[in-house]
Amino acid sequence: MARIELEAVSKRYGDFHAVRDFSIKIDQGELVVLLGPSGCGKTTTLRMIAGFVPVTSGRIRLGGRDVTGLPAHRRNTGLVFQGYALFPHLTAAENIAFGLEMRGLPDAVVREKVASALRLVRLDDLGDRLPRQLSGGQQQRVALARALVIEPDALLLDEPLSNLDAKLREEVRVEIRQLQRALGLTTVMVTHDQDEALAMADRLVVMSAGAIQQIGTQRELYEHPSNRFVAGFVGRTNFLSGELVEPGVFRSDGGLTLRYDGRSALSGGVASIGRMSGARRALALRPERLALGASADPARSNHVAGTVEFASYLGAMIEYYVRLSSGETLRVHAPNTGAAGDRAWALGETVHVSWPVEVGLVLEDEHHPEEEHR
Amino acid sequence: MTAGRVALRVAAGLALGFILLPLVLVSWLSFFRDDVVVFPPSGYTLRWFRAILDQRNFVDGFVTSLEVGVFAMLAGLALGVPASLCLARYRFRGRESLGLLLLTPLVVPGVVAGTAIYVFQVETEILTHLPLVASLPGLVLAHVVITIPWTVRLVSASLTGFDRTVEEAAQNLGAGPWTTFRRVTLPLIRPGVVAAALFGFVISFGNLEMTLFLIGPGRTTLPIAILQYLEWRIDPVIAAVSLLQILVIGAAMVATDRYVKLARVL
Repeated sequence: MARIELEAVSKRYGDFHAVRDFSIKIDQGELVVLLGPSGCGKTTTLRMIAGFVPVTSGRIRLGGRDVTGLPAHRRNTGLVFQGYALFPHLTAAENIAFGLEMRGLPDAVVREKVASALRLVRLDDLGDRLPRQLSGGQQQRVALARALVIEPDALLLDEPLSNLDAKLREEVRVEIRQLQRALGLTTVMVTHDQDEALAMADRLVVMSAGAIQQIGTQRELYEHPSNRFVAGFVGRTNFLSGELVEPGVFRSDGGLTLRYDGRSALSGGVASIGRMSGARRALALRPERLALGASADPARSNHVAGTVEFASYLGAMIEYYVRLSSGETLRVHAPNTGAAGDRAWALGETVHVSWPVEVGLVLEDEHHPEEEHR
Repeated sequence: MTAGRVALRVAAGLALGFILLPLVLVSWLSFFRDDVVVFPPSGYTLRWFRAILDQRNFVDGFVTSLEVGVFAMLAGLALGVPASLCLARYRFRGRESLGLLLLTPLVVPGVVAGTAIYVFQVETEILTHLPLVASLPGLVLAHVVITIPWTVRLVSASLTGFDRTVEEAAQNLGAGPWTTFRRVTLPLIRPGVVAAALFGFVISFGNLEMTLFLIGPGRTTLPIAILQYLEWRIDPVIAAVSLLQILVIGAAMVATDRYVKLARVL
């Protein structure tokens, strides 16, 4: 097993840039998730690695071997298709044996490897079944075994869980992750499901409109999103549009003057504070980091009065929509700890939303059309 | 049962009877004892079936029809399967026209096609000195024209809704284009291919109008042998030959149906 390396890979269809300038180095045994809304180019990228889509420019290397010009059947990747793509006329065992036979292995070796692959995905007794005689989850495991058994240089997963029901999905994603770790498979997975991506990835690549928006761990993306798209796509975020008054001070379009940590070099907006006058900015506020109180909390540097407009009881937390005095709305997640101090807020009640300076992140306010997907 | 359902069943029964009646009559007639067809028969006999063997024309015609049918069917598959794959998979200029063109032999009257092909073969023979007219290859070439539409139609039908990701899966696992076709695509469209083989054979075996123009002295097909016999006499031998022909085709269909369910393909 070896590293996957993409170097400035682009795909153009006429004037349409499906993928532009995609570069990444994926370490041995690492699982990288390509995350983004439909049409963002993540599946095209995966298919370029597998060899089904020729690149317009750039290089692809698998384990140090340049495969850019190689057809799919010479690349030694193991792809698990979204719909599994099992051969309907072959049994589970024959499906798994297919890739081994293509490699010209002797029958005895094929039999042995198929048997151990079936054991690996816990389908020992179902090798003789045809795909249509297997449940969705079982078919998925056959597809996985078929991709693993050839010992690919890259394991590629194309929305591998999207055809499973919600309960099974969580089980299978743990299974896949454990297998991938145990076998040390360098893996690229494509998904549009944020939870799935966060649960499985070592690193994530957030994509939009064919371009990489940010590459990083879950924590890096959540705490330090490089732009408004990433902040909106990974986790939930409130955005207040407005502009900077001076470093550390933000004025929203509704007229609120809010403080944020102006010294922080973490948020993407900070780099350009020098030319701040007039430039559009967004203040991003994670809803679970805002607090509600009956009166303004002087210990926190930001507090705004508002009224509760809407509330959803979500079990672990209660989600409030608070209409601020400025007319803007903030979503606030109040943890449902069950402690005596917790109080529920009624609709129409006056509340104060407050948060410390370090919660606010200033980002460029490029409004992204694809954000509407979320 | 509602009146509507009764009416439907009656209509279906009538239609079925209408189709089966000639077949039943011919079969019945082949056992009549009398030399000329009289009704009711004075008794029954099997001698007409033995009499078939005395007619060299019938025996030779049957063999020729069999040869032509098998070769035309095979050639039809060899051309029709790749053509169907191209039509189903590639977008190119003139694709729809090509699809129509391959089906047109279905609507061109056999007499017209026969004349045209005859003239073409004569001209070709004059130009190239290849013995084409009234030869077995000449007959097969002509019959390929009428087997192709059936092949293209049936194979194309089995390709609609074909999930191409299974072909990608095969490639991903290391199969080249030819192996992918042989191990994955072909097995999956097999019902359509088998049905195409059957219908190609049946259509060729039973063709009369077009073939009339293309046979020559010493080479005739079964339908033409029957026609020629009828010009001179009408006796139950004809009915016996027809019954055999029906049985051959019927057997082919039953055998095929055990292999792939024809009702599902057609």
